[in-house]
Amino acid sequence: MEKRVVFRSAWLPYALVAPQLAITIVFFFWPAAQAVWYSFQLQDAFGLKTQFVGLANFARLFGDSNYLAAIRTTAVFSILVAFSGIAISLVIATMADRVLRGALAYKTLLIWPYAVAPAVAGVLWAFLFAPSIGIVTHVLKGWGIDWNWIIHGNQAMLLVVMASVWKQISYNFLFFLAGLQSIPRSLIEAAAIDGAGPGRRFWTIVFPLLSPVTFFLLVVNIVYAFFDTFGVIDATTQGGPAGATNILVYKVYHDGVKAADLGGSSAQSVVLMIIVIALTVAQFRFIERKVNY
Amino acid sequence: MIENRPLLTAFSHAVLILGVLAVAFPLYVTFVASTLTLEQIMTVPMPLVPGTQFLENYSQVLAAGSTKGSKAAVSTMLFNSTVMALVIPLGKITVSILAAFAIVYFRFPLRNFFFWMIFVTLMLPVEVRIIPTFKVVADLGMLNSYAGLTVPLIASATATFLFRQFFLTIPDELAEAARVDGAGPMRFFWDVVVPLSKTSMAALFVIQFIYGWNQYLWPLLITSEESMYTTVIGISRMLVGGDAANEWNLIMATAMLALLPPALVVVLMQKWFVKGLVETEK
Repeated sequence: MEKRVVFRSAWLPYALVAPQLAITIVFFFWPAAQAVWYSFQLQDAFGLKTQFVGLANFARLFGDSNYLAAIRTTAVFSILVAFSGIAISLVIATMADRVLRGALAYKTLLIWPYAVAPAVAGVLWAFLFAPSIGIVTHVLKGWGIDWNWIIHGNQAMLLVVMASVWKQISYNFLFFLAGLQSIPRSLIEAAAIDGAGPGRRFWTIVFPLLSPVTFFLLVVNIVYAFFDTFGVIDATTQGGPAGATNILVYKVYHDGVKAADLGGSSAQSVVLMIIVIALTVAQFRFIERKVNY
Repeated sequence: MIENRPLLTAFSHAVLILGVLAVAFPLYVTFVASTLTLEQIMTVPMPLVPGTQFLENYSQVLAAGSTKGSKAAVSTMLFNSTVMALVIPLGKITVSILAAFAIVYFRFPLRNFFFWMIFVTLMLPVEVRIIPTFKVVADLGMLNSYAGLTVPLIASATATFLFRQFFLTIPDELAEAARVDGAGPMRFFWDVVVPLSKTSMAALFVIQFIYGWNQYLWPLLITSEESMYTTVIGISRMLVGGDAANEWNLIMATAMLALLPPALVVVLMQKWFVKGLVETEK
């Protein structure tokens, strides 16, 4: 879309975009280009000499069992976060769409976790499930469950998934609620007159009509699980135990900042960039088409 | 209401109440823990009614942090978080509205190229360019500074898009009338575009306030001095490892201080928050 009426000036538009472009170039393009450049370099142990090694860093990366394990961990983690987050919020939003009394109160009480920083969410849940003093741990022990996420990898995964989903439910809930409220009442009424019960109406009318929202949330939740959950992991498991929660973003940070492996970390950054580009393209293609039935 | 099904309505309320309680439970336990002594927390199971240490715990962290982990005062951290939560949204709104105005209301060489440059930044989150961005900031001497904490996060494709979408809906007659009356582009910008954009600005501000307050990876990378810690970083610095060694009462008091300001913003400015959330994702 274009404006018919425009202003004319030889210098003003450049001055107006200059601040944004300056920040973009200095803090986005320049570092991204460097990440690509470093990913083809190998640095010696003292950081004195660098050498062009072509795709060696990538070959090393995909030959590294730790990296392959991190890919698997990330896949499991993001699928768990996206699916459980979407399922839980869909149930809650459907119920909230039904009730008339107290709707605003429910909404207010459900959306605030969006404001909690992922790292803080992680600390809250780590405290509830702390191996020796946690209140939920105490209940689980009463049921005969040996809960200690510092030792058991699956429990550590469960912990970071719960903390991440808890923080994201409010976001999914709001989008589902908006989607539900935009479904024409006449469709539901017609089905009700034809004798379809609430369950039947949900699966044959509401759920298909929500598919654009669901798909959008799927992409957003995967992006969230890939990148924004860094704080949850860093404040709780730090990738452990034995790499059980070491997702790709955490590994880039760990290898680059703590282990100072510049080439390896940059190669990982480049792989992540490709993943983000793919996800962004998926999201935009969808927005353009506005999938609907 | 399509039909009256009292049982189903009761069930809906039950699910919602359960959801609200499940969502609120971690917050309640956090609040209770922030009012207890460390000894009380260490007795398993810890009490689930608030204790008497509210003032002691909060004044301790605000003035002097924890005693075993980071000893930085949380009041300083709250100030730093506030700086991030205000400068980032204000900077983003300013920079984006100017760029969007140029892109919508002018024709100039490289216009599309600039637009794509801004668009592509969507695909470069901090997480994928950690080390080189850190280096750039280090080379510019911006480590441990407010400029370093805020400026790199100010560029935003989503805000620019939001304003661009909105400007495209402003009737052309307004620009025409302004031109006929002899107003220049900046006069039009200040007297017409900015006042019309107030709703979008408010919505963006709420979302970006939360974004700025909750930043984690970026301050973690570029702050090493305690005086520059934000509240969220401060909490992770108080965790000294091993859940029996942590001063949970103080950590939980800090967690309450870290989550209350953005949570209040969401609850009190709910209308703007929902609008901002839905619009920035379009």
